[in-house]
Amino acid sequence: MMFGRLKQHQFLFEELVKRDFKKKYKRTILGMGWSMLAPLLMLLVMKIVFEQFFGRTVNHYTTYLFCGLLTFNWFSESTNSGMRSLFTNAGIFSKVNVPKYLFLFSVNIQVLINFALTLLVFFAFCAIDGVPFTWRFACLVYPISTMLLFNLGIGMVLSALFIFFRDIDYLWTVALQLVMYGSAVFYTVDKMPSNMQLAFALNPVYRHIAYIREVVLAGSVPSLEAHLTLAGFALAAFLAGAFMYKHYNTRFLYYV
Amino acid sequence: MSSPKVMLSCRNVSIRYQVGDFKNIGLKEWVMRRLTGRYKVVDFWADRDVSFEICEGDMLGIIGTNGAGKSTLLKAVAGIMEPTRGRVARCGKISALLELGSGFDGDLTVKENAYLRGAMLGYTRAFMDKTYPYIIDFSELKDFEDRPFKQLSSGMKSRLAFAIASLVKPEILILDEVLAVGDGAFRAKSEAKMREIIKGGATTILVTHSIGQVRAMCNKVLWLDKGRQVEFTDDVNGCCNRYEAFLAGRPK
Repeated sequence: MMFGRLKQHQFLFEELVKRDFKKKYKRTILGMGWSMLAPLLMLLVMKIVFEQFFGRTVNHYTTYLFCGLLTFNWFSESTNSGMRSLFTNAGIFSKVNVPKYLFLFSVNIQVLINFALTLLVFFAFCAIDGVPFTWRFACLVYPISTMLLFNLGIGMVLSALFIFFRDIDYLWTVALQLVMYGSAVFYTVDKMPSNMQLAFALNPVYRHIAYIREVVLAGSVPSLEAHLTLAGFALAAFLAGAFMYKHYNTRFLYYV
Repeated sequence: MSSPKVMLSCRNVSIRYQVGDFKNIGLKEWVMRRLTGRYKVVDFWADRDVSFEICEGDMLGIIGTNGAGKSTLLKAVAGIMEPTRGRVARCGKISALLELGSGFDGDLTVKENAYLRGAMLGYTRAFMDKTYPYIIDFSELKDFEDRPFKQLSSGMKSRLAFAIASLVKPEILILDEVLAVGDGAFRAKSEAKMREIIKGGATTILVTHSIGQVRAMCNKVLWLDKGRQVEFTDDVNGCCNRYEAFLAGRPK
């Protein structure tokens, strides 16, 4: 049903995507390169700081680090811009009757393209780092799909909350810090005690990172359980978001 | 003679707004007020039991003082809001021009805004490609096509808004305070355009403070006061006279 209406509003969706691109990059050629450079600089900093601590025990530490950063940055960027997407378009949805999720989806297209470009750089780094490419890299399509769905779901929840509580963004900045340090972006978890292992197992961002690392660094296909877990996280987040949008659809108007 | 087709009907439409502390307070303030019991939300009925019906080719004028519930009623008609009670039944594509100039993006160019607005109103790209030259021509903004929208004067902005909404041939056109803007020449042009649309069979709702416009253009009129329906009639002149008498008798 949702996607049926999306088809009907295809033209609007395309125009919104175009607008978000133009506004994000301010019609500059450097704009896009800039947003790819940021994660690379972050990678460099983390490599310099953490390689001495963890680099000795982890093979291909740069790639290990990049797997984590790639996924976390996508999550962070998608949820941060998703959170504001509904509010910044209040001028539109309070005047014209359009499906409100279009704004979030549109901004996520832009973030997704950014992610795809960073992914290309990631593959280049893998090659430089001497990671063998196998057919199993095709498995990466799976965590990327579930992560996209997961990001959309969290984005829907946050953008709805942001309409009601304008200070949610401060809390989310703190929450993102927690996710960052709790997702083993730059350290390893195998020597952690078992109760900590459980916390990692319940962290969706970490599970996505772990899946990607297993494919890229170990060159193996993750277990069925890993697949089901990722799908579960994505579905739960997306349903929660869809529920928020459906439930509050006509009430957002009172708050803007 | 067959009776004309009913394009839009509102039956006992009531809309409740909530006003009070809940806006812009943030989560921590919300929690604090909830805990201390200082959280207050007041219900406010913007419209109560409004009923009217308009047929194909009708032009309805909605009159009333500020805060009468006109804009809220239009939001329900356009489907942006759900009526708290009652029912709105519409037949055909609605093009709503609520509060001119809003919904446009200041950073985009005139052309990009025209396409975005067209898309919002539910038209296809092919239709916009075909119609865009007329829009730019009608709004007399050919020289400003590639300028960012924020650089336009407010008169130009409303010209563009009017041109888009009127040229896209809606079945129901909603105009909220549209004709109050623009210079004399454009006003004459837009009134002529609206007459053309009405002749073409479009059903129009006009919200305005200009009684003269209502007398000149509308064949039905709805008078709202503080959310309540005072009159809905096709005796336009009579209703306008009573409304003017009401305005004159109101303490300043």
